This record gives sequence, C-alpha cells and structure tokens, in this order.
Amino acid sequence: MSVSGPLVEVVDVWKAFDALQVLAGVSLEATRGETLVVMGGSGSGKTVLLRLIAGLLRPDRGRIRLLGQPIERLSEEQLLSIRRRIGYVFQGAALFDSLSVLENVAYPLREHTRLSESEIHERVVHFLSLVGLNGNVLSLLPAELSGGMRKRVGIARALVNEPELMLFDEPTAGLDPTNSRLVAELISQVRTGVCDTAIVVTHDLELTRTVADRVAVLIGGRFAASGPRNAVLESTDSAVQAFLAGQAR
Amino acid sequence: MTLYLRRTAMWYGGLGLLGGAVLRNLALPPAYVRHIVAEMETMGVRSLGVALTAAIFTGMVFAIQSAVNMARFGAENYVGPLTALAILRELGPVLTAVLVGGKVASGITAELGSMKVTEQIDALRMLGVNYVKRLIVPRILAALVVFPLLTVLADALGVLGGLAVMVFERSADPYAYWNTTTYWVVPKDFLMGIGKSVFFGIIITLIGCYNGLATEGGTEGLGRATTGTVVHVTMGVIVSDFFLTKLFLSLFW
Repeated sequence: MSVSGPLVEVVDVWKAFDALQVLAGVSLEATRGETLVVMGGSGSGKTVLLRLIAGLLRPDRGRIRLLGQPIERLSEEQLLSIRRRIGYVFQGAALFDSLSVLENVAYPLREHTRLSESEIHERVVHFLSLVGLNGNVLSLLPAELSGGMRKRVGIARALVNEPELMLFDEPTAGLDPTNSRLVAELISQVRTGVCDTAIVVTHDLELTRTVADRVAVLIGGRFAASGPRNAVLESTDSAVQAFLAGQAR
Repeated sequence: MTLYLRRTAMWYGGLGLLGGAVLRNLALPPAYVRHIVAEMETMGVRSLGVALTAAIFTGMVFAIQSAVNMARFGAENYVGPLTALAILRELGPVLTAVLVGGKVASGITAELGSMKVTEQIDALRMLGVNYVKRLIVPRILAALVVFPLLTVLADALGVLGGLAVMVFERSADPYAYWNTTTYWVVPKDFLMGIGKSVFFGIIITLIGCYNGLATEGGTEGLGRATTGTVVHVTMGVIVSDFFLTKLFLSLFW
C-alpha cells in the first residue's frame, strides 16, 4: 500500500505522565526518502515521542498519522497491521532472551509469512550479513552477544520484513566509539538498501552528523529548532547552541 | 488512603480489562496450539509433585484428626464420607489452587515482568504480534485444562490418603470405609470442586499475567510484582471460594 504525503505526521502532540509534562505541543513530519534525527538531552521526551509515533503510547492531545493513517484512536489490534510495515530498533535491542539469534530474526517471518524454513533461514542469514554478522552467531542466545552485536541483531530483526519506515531509539547508546561508528554506517547503509526512510532519536552529535537529512532539537517538551541538518547544527538560537555544546563536549 | 484506594481500583480495573481482552482474543487466529501444550507442561506436569504430596498428606491428617475426635461420640464410621466431602468440595480444589497457583502465577509474573522491563513485550507489539493472544490466551487455556486435572488427581490421592491412614493407623475395614464413603458422597460433591478449580485456574492465571504486564521499576519492581502475585493469588482463591461455594450451593443444591 503506497502512502502519498508524509509517512509520519505529528501535529500539536501533548503527553504528560502524572504531573510531569513531557511533550507540550510537538509537531513534525517525516517524508519518504529522508532520515530525520530528533535530538535532545536525557529526559527530554525523545523516546516518548518515538513511542507515540509507533502507537506504543497514546497522546493526551494532538494528532498522529503513521503511513497515512490516523493512529491516536486505533485499538491495539488495529495498530498491528500498521506496525508490521515499520521497523523499530529499541535502545536495549529488546531481543527475546530465550530465543537464539536465528529465532529472534526469524520471529516476524514465522509470525506473518508462509515462507518455508529454508527460505526463512536464507533470509535471516542475508539480513544478518547486511548488519555485518555471519552465520556463526545464529545459534547464540542474546546473553552470549556483546552490546554492539545485540544492537545489530535488533536492526536485522527490524529490517527482515522490509519495512517502509525505520524508527531507531538511541541506536548508539551504551556502545563504544567503534561500535557507534559501525551502527551509524549501518543506518546510512540501510537507507540506500532496504528502507529509505528513518526517524532516529539520539543525543549523539556524531551520529546526527553522519545520518541526518533533517534535525529537530527537543528542549523542554518543544522543538527549539527544526530543519535541514546544517542549518540546525549551525543555529544561532542560544538554547540549541547550549544543548549542542553540551553534547559535543 | 486515597492513593491506596486508587491503586486498588486501578488493579481491579486493569484485571477486568485484561479479562475482556482475553475474551475478545479467544476466537482470533492464530491458535498457538504448540504454546498451549507447552504451558500445560509448565503448569501441570511440573506442579504434580507439589499438588499430589499436599493432597495425600492433607487427606491423611484430616482423616486421623477426624477419627480421634469422632471416636469420642461413636461416629468414627463416618470419617470416610467426612474426609471425602471435605477433600472433594474444598480441600482438593483450594489447596491445589493455592499451592500450584502461587507457584504458577509467580512464575508467570516473573517471566512477563522481565519481558516488560526489558521491552520484549513492546518488541512483540512492534513486530505486529498480538501480545494478549500470544502470551496470555495460551496460559489461560492451559489453566482451564490443567487446574481441573490436577484437582481430580489431588481429590483421588487425598481420599486414598484418608483411607490408608484409617486402615493402617485405626485398623478400619477398607471395604466398610469405602462403602460408607460412596454411600454418602454423590457426583455433585466432586463436580462442585472441579467447577471451582476451573474458576480458580482463570483467576490465578489472570492475576499472574496482569501483575507481570503491570510491572514497573526494573528488577526491584519485578521482585515486588512477584511477591504481590503470591499474596493476590492466595487471597483471590480464598475469597472467591466463599462466593463460588454460595453460588454453587444456590444453583445446584
């Protein structure tokens, strides 16, 4: 099903947890073929925004369209078919800890397709090789993998259904510089291959410089700046400058 | 106090909503038959030892206590039916539910709670998998089969335990004991206990699942949720037993 217009449209979204107002009138758009990076400090509401976009949370106010459909009033069951068309990479990878790497990556294929076991195996190996992992990891459990490998398996699992949109939650958090660079390259690579549209939330300035087409900076529950990467990173706005200076340190 | 009442209301509300979601999802595909069978093994086969040991010793204790006291007014002949009625109607289903239920439900809470805090449930949702259908419904369906079956076995061993202790400790005649028991005990007594075990199975599994899904606060929260489940299950079984007894007596007696 092709979507005309933006793949993601967030209009004046508000979200609070008890007395804590996390988002206060946030609006954004992500169009096909671009990588939008949402930057912000810890606790700024980046992950909440991503979870709202994925329908994992409901907004208190405002409208969200995902792949052309308004999702804020959809039930969990109605959201499932939309979610099958997007890939979500969790900050901690969120691999199923009792399943092997093969079973983790094969999970969406076994649930939603009628592929034979050999086809599934072939596809899993292909997507693992895309993220730089070879067949030796297939039988390993998530607990036997390093943080970087777990993250890459998480990316492979999100990609295996060939989604129209990828959502990355802090993809480089907790990784050493080498693995961070690897993941950043991977996100750029994914864009040219499997899925050309992504929203990345991060506080990592290097990652932003590597993958972003557009950047939005979330401060105090609102976007302090939003626009093309260079325009935002060179913004003269004092709040944005203070945030970027803090991240660059 | 207000906070406590609010939390309690939210807990009951959440449990009710989860029950509703389970009902809605019962008929939806896929059936996850393999998972239902695996849950039956986890809940049933691995709990047999606990359930049956408790049942046989309860039957023996009940019979010997009754015998000693009923002998004082010459009613020792009625120990058989008394023990059987107590076991079939109450002790079999309730003890099985409390012992196996505590074990099963706390295990479910620990597993689902751990999945919740490590975002594995959100990962399922993002992969387009209906987590109620995948994680909750198979457990409820397995409990619907496992708890009545365990109760049947517990009933049998409890009654046999009573018989054994009366024969070996009180030199009772096994045929007379059995005849008196079968004269006074009717199928309705047995079915009443089995009926209860079906409800207990649903209540126990729902509580275990709900507390797991509602886990917050990392590993500390997981510990709190698991402990809370044992308390909730025990109280849930004991309190609902009273209302189920009243219901069954008014409907079938």
